[in-house]
Amino acid sequence: MSDRRSIAVAGIHTHESARSDLRSSSAEGVAAGLFKGFFEWFGSLGIFSWRVLRAGSTPPFEWRELIRQLDEVGSKSLPLVALAGAAIGVVISLEARYSLSRFGAKSLFPATLVYSVVQVMGPVITGLVVSGRVGAGIGAELASMKVTEQIDAIEASAVNPYRLLAATRILACILMLPLLTLAADACGLLTGWFAQSLAEPLSFHQFISSGFNGATFNAFLPPTFKTAVYGLIIGLIACFQGMRTRGGAAGVGRAATNSVVLASLFLILADVVLVKFILVFFP
Amino acid sequence: MATAFDNAIKRGDSQEGGNVPVVAVENLRKTFGNHTVLNGISLTIVRGETLAVLGRSGTGKSVLLRLIIRLERPDSGSIRIQGQNIAGLALDQMGEIRKRMGFLFQHAALYDSLTVAENVAFPLQHHRREMSKSERIDRVKQLLTEVGMEGDLDKMPSEISGGMQKRVGLARALALEPEILLLDEPTAGLDPISSGEINELILKLQRERQMASIVVTHDLHSARTIADRLALLHEGNVVIEGTFVDLQQSGIEIVKKFLDQSLGDICRVWHG
Repeated sequence: MSDRRSIAVAGIHTHESARSDLRSSSAEGVAAGLFKGFFEWFGSLGIFSWRVLRAGSTPPFEWRELIRQLDEVGSKSLPLVALAGAAIGVVISLEARYSLSRFGAKSLFPATLVYSVVQVMGPVITGLVVSGRVGAGIGAELASMKVTEQIDAIEASAVNPYRLLAATRILACILMLPLLTLAADACGLLTGWFAQSLAEPLSFHQFISSGFNGATFNAFLPPTFKTAVYGLIIGLIACFQGMRTRGGAAGVGRAATNSVVLASLFLILADVVLVKFILVFFP
Repeated sequence: MATAFDNAIKRGDSQEGGNVPVVAVENLRKTFGNHTVLNGISLTIVRGETLAVLGRSGTGKSVLLRLIIRLERPDSGSIRIQGQNIAGLALDQMGEIRKRMGFLFQHAALYDSLTVAENVAFPLQHHRREMSKSERIDRVKQLLTEVGMEGDLDKMPSEISGGMQKRVGLARALALEPEILLLDEPTAGLDPISSGEINELILKLQRERQMASIVVTHDLHSARTIADRLALLHEGNVVIEGTFVDLQQSGIEIVKKFLDQSLGDICRVWHG
């Protein structure tokens, strides 16, 4: 031991110290690579966003493609979102009835269900469902177009792909998310009331008037319209991941997966900020 | 010492009475990471002329075309389209230049969610908005008839063969009546009969439309058939530029090797 120390002091590396140096330098390299990759990704996303904004805000506008995307994002997601909303309504109804009964607060059931669905679960569930269906769809579609040079062909035809492909899809997501959220909320409230009325008869009129008693627009509009931000996140990340794809079929798969994972992650993180924002500005 | 650019300007003067070549590439350099793909090449082409760019796979032939239509940006050097340097152009200005160019991609790059007719109509829908629907349909039919695809208007790209996809790609490239045609490996992956048909088609279009064309290929037979001049790329440089006879008479080792190998391949195909 003392020999090894004396060798190290003399400036001669032993095998162990050399290995440890190698480990620490490779760990530093990996950390530096991750750090660089992280900032490169955000930098590229910023440049991409600027190009989409500039292309989307100047004529000619791609109305026909926008309408096609509104249908793709809105109408075709509606059944899935409605089903998810309905399921959440039943789950909250069952849980709330049980919890409120324990504390003797059963009369609060309608308000609990309404606030839980409209303010919390409806927007998040809609965002996550759309992120899964639309995010993966956009990511895979654009990635496939990228690797087969279809996006290059659009550009070579003097058509701006940021305007035609990205701006239309992002705008469709922004416009459709609040409407889909309303649909999910409606289904959730309906099935929540239905589940409750199976256990204890409660008229729908009574449920609604009691649930929305004293409610203001501030309580319901901001949570619904915050989903436009979710739409922005889903559309932007899916288009970005799709249009920067490289590497054939594997790249297409990666783009689809990354679109869903990153959009869902950023959506949940954005929710933290948005909830705080709503609490401060729409008390 | 006169550069290729100067020579082409003289050629443009004598042939067309204009003062600039249609496409002039000068000292073009492009690297990907540490790999230098193009190392300061210069090429020019005048109206009505077809230049074939030959070379082995990975010598930067396709990159050259992508640089000319600005799907890639060069590291240095200049590209002039009809006298206009495209380096500093904004996207909209570049769009105006691109409208005068047609590009046939190596794998045709047809939009797989659109039918054959919709693919050809795509540039017209975006840049000939004044056209009525019936005019557009007539124009699409006319273009597809020119390339021998008039019976497949409603088929999807996945339902037609590779050669047919290239024909449709060519019709799409011609939709806006371009003055410059860029063809990336028009005969790659096709059987000899389909290759011959594509070559005939390109020749016919050249005769009728008098476009300036750059054809990237490693198919010497195709290049000899359709091009007025040939340029051989090797290790990022133009090794030789001239007619097929100039290439045959060249004493440059890589030129001889390329010709021997290519002609040998052609003989093997023809004689089994």
